[in-house]
Amino acid sequence: MKTNDLIDLLAADVVPVRRHVAARRLALGLALAVPLSVLMMHTMLGVNPALGHALGLPMFWVKFGSPVLMALAALPLVARLGRPGAATRAAWAAWGSPVVALWVLGLLALARAPAPEAATLVLGRTWAVCAENVALLSLPVFLVAIWTLRGLAPVRPARAGAGAGALAGACGAAVYALHCPEFTAPFVAVWYVLGMALPVAAGALLGRRLLRW
Amino acid sequence: MLAGMSGDAQAHRCFLQRLGIHLRSFYRRRLSGWPDDVEDLVQDTLLAIHDKRHTYRPDQPVTAWIHAIARYKTIDLLRARRVREALHDPLDDEAHALFDTGAADATEARRDLDRLLATLPDRQRRPIEQVKLEGRSVAEVACATGMSESAVKIGIHRGLKTLAARVAATPRPPTKVSP
Repeated sequence: MKTNDLIDLLAADVVPVRRHVAARRLALGLALAVPLSVLMMHTMLGVNPALGHALGLPMFWVKFGSPVLMALAALPLVARLGRPGAATRAAWAAWGSPVVALWVLGLLALARAPAPEAATLVLGRTWAVCAENVALLSLPVFLVAIWTLRGLAPVRPARAGAGAGALAGACGAAVYALHCPEFTAPFVAVWYVLGMALPVAAGALLGRRLLRW
Repeated sequence: MLAGMSGDAQAHRCFLQRLGIHLRSFYRRRLSGWPDDVEDLVQDTLLAIHDKRHTYRPDQPVTAWIHAIARYKTIDLLRARRVREALHDPLDDEAHALFDTGAADATEARRDLDRLLATLPDRQRRPIEQVKLEGRSVAEVACATGMSESAVKIGIHRGLKTLAARVAATPRPPTKVSP
């Protein structure tokens, strides 16, 4: 087929484009995925029975609030990764800055604690399951983010996949915080961050395969 | 471009034609070694840009958007080539001298979009063929086929989407080396 024929053909297809595809897909997808993630947490792990008491602890708001902030920052990140030519550095920085804050908090807490307690602060009682549960709970949002990006035009598929993982991991961590019985800053700084990093890595690996167009 | 995005066919055609010329020189500069791939890539990119035009935002420079897509398509081609060439023996060099067709014939792309078109379902293929090949208006086609006008438009639209997806999925035909 000659290129001019193709142009004629494409010009015959002039349905006005729908705007804000990214925002619409993300909104619709998250409205389904986040409740699904909460349901998974509720049936498989159960809400922390002391949640009512925990709501009064500043540490709960740190471990719940920072993933929420990261998720909010990851929304424009995902949308930008799907738009050719859009800058993403500032959006990545906005997503990552709560992690830096968590590390600072964690180090401060460790520096103040007596040496024998340090291991307990970092490991808590549930270190072995925290990261994998966060990653597991991030799955619904991960699928939504990939689906959103597939409707857009990610020109850097691996990075776009990582961005999808960034949104998913943050959502997963926020949901897991409703179950998690740990309330120390070093624990959150290590295991939550690791849990959020897993979907990012998975997304970077899968992106090239899932996000081709 | 914006007029085309809001549904002005004439403006859209004009935009695509200028884009085609621009892309051709963009790719010629970067793929000077493989003139045969240029036209394929121009068609690929035109389809992609048409299909993904909703990702353009009016507050963004058009060239940045277009070049990001064009670069992506180049990388995609290079990757596909590397995979393919790993499978072939290096006959390519000699064959190049024997079968080099040069840039002059390159306006006819090697990959046959017509053949891909034939694989579409009737409801999508017929409107495309009639509107494109026979140059009829949507209203005429609707009349002739008994489909409603919007069904014709939807057929064209979905058909092009499928076509774009199949172009992305089909492996490129081997270059230059003929059996």
